[in-house]
Amino acid sequence: MEKPRPNVNADTAPFWDGCNREELLYQHCTVCLRAQFYPRAFCAHCHTGKLEWRRSQGLGSVHSFTDVYRAPGESFKADTPYVIALIDVDEGFRIMTNLFGATADKDVQINARVRVVFEDRGGQKIPQFTIDR
Amino acid sequence: MDKAIITGVAGTAMGKIPGSTSMSLMTEAALAAIADAGLKPEDIDGVLCAYSVVEPQIMLASTFSDYAGFKSNFALALHAGGASGATMVMNAAALVESGRCRHVLICAGDNRVTGMSRDDSVAFLAGSGSQQFEQVYGMSLPAAYALVARRYMHEYGLTSEHLAAIAVTQRKHACAHPLAQFRTPITIDDVLGSRLIASPLHLLDCCGFSDGAGAVIVSAANAARDTAKAPVAVLGSGQGNTHEFIVSAPSLTEFGCKISGATAFGRAGVRPTDIDVAEIYDSYTITIAVELESLGFFEKGEAGPAALAGALGIDGSLPCNTHGGLLSHGHPGAAGGVFHVVEAVQQLRGTALGLQVPDAKLAFVHGDGGVLSAHCSLVLGKI
Repeated sequence: MEKPRPNVNADTAPFWDGCNREELLYQHCTVCLRAQFYPRAFCAHCHTGKLEWRRSQGLGSVHSFTDVYRAPGESFKADTPYVIALIDVDEGFRIMTNLFGATADKDVQINARVRVVFEDRGGQKIPQFTIDR
Repeated sequence: MDKAIITGVAGTAMGKIPGSTSMSLMTEAALAAIADAGLKPEDIDGVLCAYSVVEPQIMLASTFSDYAGFKSNFALALHAGGASGATMVMNAAALVESGRCRHVLICAGDNRVTGMSRDDSVAFLAGSGSQQFEQVYGMSLPAAYALVARRYMHEYGLTSEHLAAIAVTQRKHACAHPLAQFRTPITIDDVLGSRLIASPLHLLDCCGFSDGAGAVIVSAANAARDTAKAPVAVLGSGQGNTHEFIVSAPSLTEFGCKISGATAFGRAGVRPTDIDVAEIYDSYTITIAVELESLGFFEKGEAGPAALAGALGIDGSLPCNTHGGLLSHGHPGAAGGVFHVVEAVQQLRGTALGLQVPDAKLAFVHGDGGVLSAHCSLVLGKI
């Protein structure tokens, strides 16, 4: 069974197009100057600003992580245990990821440095992170 | 203004109930709660429901009223996940305090064991995550809570033993409750030795699935003379909502329970130290630890050690989840949080089905939906 692909919509299409070019994009509010993730049509902080797309360097730190032993669906069962982590990306937004090449209890610590890589999901690339050694 | 009162409560058996449906369970609980209040179905002029996973009708209050034969003047279904029970009480109180209704029936139930497979339930819960930014990574609901647990351990020194102590205490409470689903005593080693679901959470850190339903009747203050049991007042209530998805939560250690609790305490004019018994949402052991601290019952980092020292037991400083909670009494979806209300009312009446906190006068109820996303707190008091 294939793993899910993102259901891309009008709010998120530029982000997912960026992923297909192996660019990690995020929104920047031109009024409150904050980074926003996930992509939305409005700034969820100040509700006034115009949002512009910026490219992240793709570097960040592990905020928290878990090893998943009980997969939520058939397509992830073969991978168990696999890591899910929340990454604080250096430009000031948080993103969820699997951590490629890591089994949490052995290889991951909170604050570990990570960098983005891209996984091809049946024609749509999705951002993933890996430990930056 | 006279505050709303709770005049009737009821819960069905929990666990695997062959031959049940979500509608039959809800109706059984509703009729029992109406009888508990000494009322008749025709006295009910408002119906609040939550949602059914097994029968996902879009207008559940109408569907349920149709099935049960209730003809109310106000019917509404709401979706607030685990906060649905407390949120329905909060809204029912507003309905009777405004004069819109006199007796509001709150009801939730589902047959999550006999009506669907465990895999389908796990997948349903994972579906509450963001499709594009969480589900594509295989995030389960326990995994989302595990992210909170790991961060909490990092910041405040919480340990797996602390969390296990919560599960053990609640199992002890459930063992004395005749309707509880899980009534075999467990030890800390049992919890730590149970298989990992999403590290650091083990199987026994997580609630299971149940068939069952719960119901509550909220009435106008001046209706007390018409009803059978000693009334319990809804002294204060409050909500706090900070996010839906854990990826966009502003913090993994501070949540909306801080706001909902402060609001409920403020409206009731009481403090955490005044509370005799607490029924706190416990989808996972980490849920209780986080909420007890944010609600002001313990300082940050102290709930875990306190649980290990027995503070949450029936003889402890804060008897908590005296029916066994979702972890051991059972968890039939939206009805899970209704049982925290049912148990609080029975404690205040002095008629607990299991262990009774002697002379309990003030109870605190907390519900949480999503991943610590939607919070609702209630302060209930003996009149």
